[in-house]
Amino acid sequence: MVKVVTSLGSTGLADWIVQRFTAILIALYVIFMVVYFFIHPNPTYSEWSTLFSNNWMRTCTFVVFLSIIMHAWVGLWIVSTDYLKHLAVRLIVQMAIIFTLLGCLVWSIEILWGL
Amino acid sequence: MTEAQARKLKVSVYRYNPDKDNKPYMQSYDVDTQLVNGQMLLDVLHVIRVDDPTLGFRQSCREGVCGSDGMNINGKNGLACVTKIVDLPNKITIRPLPGLPVVRDLIVDMSQFYRQYEKAEPYLQNDQPAPAKERLQSPEERAKLDGLYECILCACCSTSCPSFWWNPDKFLGPAALLQAERFLIDSRDNATEERLTALDDAYKVFRCRSIMNCVDVCPKGLNPTKAIAAIREKLIQEGT
Repeated sequence: MVKVVTSLGSTGLADWIVQRFTAILIALYVIFMVVYFFIHPNPTYSEWSTLFSNNWMRTCTFVVFLSIIMHAWVGLWIVSTDYLKHLAVRLIVQMAIIFTLLGCLVWSIEILWGL
Repeated sequence: MTEAQARKLKVSVYRYNPDKDNKPYMQSYDVDTQLVNGQMLLDVLHVIRVDDPTLGFRQSCREGVCGSDGMNINGKNGLACVTKIVDLPNKITIRPLPGLPVVRDLIVDMSQFYRQYEKAEPYLQNDQPAPAKERLQSPEERAKLDGLYECILCACCSTSCPSFWWNPDKFLGPAALLQAERFLIDSRDNATEERLTALDDAYKVFRCRSIMNCVDVCPKGLNPTKAIAAIREKLIQEGT
């Protein structure tokens, strides 16, 4: 079979592992945030700002953003290859998804580090 | 069937003869169960065919062994010969197995299904010199094949799987993957690495999303999802 070049890991196994691993990271982050909101039910601006001024928090948040983007790409690549059988339509949609996700990634850097 | 159990069935059947019809249509038949000589849906189809000999469907063993009469019964795939009339409502809708091209009425073209089965290489591969008599298995090794070898290739599972509908040429489908696991786990087969290498692409195994439609419809009570999970586990062990 021709090597699949648009999937994240090129093999089903790599994509499957990426999806599970990123899901675990996202779940851990969500648990952390739920605990945080439990401790600070109505965080003030300064509390929120203090939390995200920590470089570890920024880095972890960025890693989770990256995980969401990788997770989303694997899922959306599967959906697009399932339903979009016309080559041009599929490629255009896949490119649109890639640019949107990369845009989100760049935006997340701007939000976290204020660059 | 006794008079007390007699029912009037309204059976709606998918009809399509590509030589005559522009498009498929549903045809309704009224069937009095007193006229049915048997207890299964296949017997109802026989009664219908007495009145309408143009109705096309496959059948052979009439006891759930050959897998010929797979069809979609009230929205769920199954074998007409082992589907009891008493378990069905009075209104029955019968369509051909979904996702495969219709040859005529309830008869589908199974070529794609068999092509995927062929890709699983469903035969023993062993490059060691053959022993004088036969390759022996311990009872424990033989027991590992239980739940895998019983498949009758009726295609009820693969044609109930959306991943097979969307990619019937790339995703092997539950029936072929059940066979793939049957030979991966067989102690007499030593082509495990080659088999796993052939299975590791983006579609063949990993297009399974574990929705378990295959398990729900298998007339033999087999569990292709479990077999697919076992293949995935072997791929992870080999590939990580």
